Amino acid sequence: MIFDVAVIVQLRPGISDPEGSTIERALPTLGFDGVSGVRAGKHLTFRLEADNDGEATSVVEDMCARFLANPVIEDATITVTPAS
Amino acid sequence: MSTRIGVVRFPGTNCEFDVVTALESMGEGAELVWHHQDDLTEYDGVILPGGFAHGDYLRPGAIARFSKIMGAVEAFAAEGGPVLGICNGFQVLTEAGLLPGALQKNAGAKFLCGPCEIEVVSSRSVLTGHVEPGTVLSVPINHFEGNYTCDQATLDSLIEGDQVVLRYVDNPNGSVSDIAGVSNPAGNVVGLMPHPERAVDALLGSTGGQTLLGAFCAATTRVG
Repeated sequence: MIFDVAVIVQLRPGISDPEGSTIERALPTLGFDGVSGVRAGKHLTFRLEADNDGEATSVVEDMCARFLANPVIEDATITVTPAS
Repeated sequence: MSTRIGVVRFPGTNCEFDVVTALESMGEGAELVWHHQDDLTEYDGVILPGGFAHGDYLRPGAIARFSKIMGAVEAFAAEGGPVLGICNGFQVLTEAGLLPGALQKNAGAKFLCGPCEIEVVSSRSVLTGHVEPGTVLSVPINHFEGNYTCDQATLDSLIEGDQVVLRYVDNPNGSVSDIAGVSNPAGNVVGLMPHPERAVDALLGSTGGQTLLGAFCAATTRVG
């Protein structure tokens, strides 16, 4: 089966995010008030061949742990869906 | 006899010639080693210089750590050989797991480039073997992702194990505990954000870097 995979890599809660903070400080200058908690990250998408949903997820988890995210400072959120 | 230092070059490395020139100006031997090579046994010491290895894609050091040469760097380090990562080289060593922690974007999201005062904390490492703790050196910094980060347990073990090698006098980038450089538990693998190769001549404003590189070269002969 072919799966569509989406991975969001973000700094872990508690790790300061200067990029997110800078974006947050810039928003009010455009009149967007009331924004808080901006976090910047990376969004990766790709296709993956695997026998089933569970196998695809576990392969992507391994990718994240060893390469796509740095577990010292980052978390990864994984979405796996059968390719249409 | 001068030492023979291997200076590793990834695609995107850009401080390798500065490192070689600095070492040669000090009477030491240095040569470039392409990242496809898989053997470093002929060298007395290994330096991973600064730059943007593999474009810093994904994260600084994230792709470089899978280069063929990194297996040789690991083997060299495991034998007790002196390994030094400068700036991007420090980032590569943390990604490779040869040094603890990680380097994230500077606090304030500011690219920093300028002279910087650092204090030698430990003389147990290959970078500071002959340098008295408390010595303050001026060595320039040039980075966007130099904010040293680790969890509390790692920080405690770094301090307890005398692995904090250098601290900023006036923390420029938000690094935890003002850390500018750390070593592995054995002290033979060291990473630092400041660029010692840019401070080896009074004409350049400081010779603080020469003090560190000199200690590193002395450590190579001690080991080899």
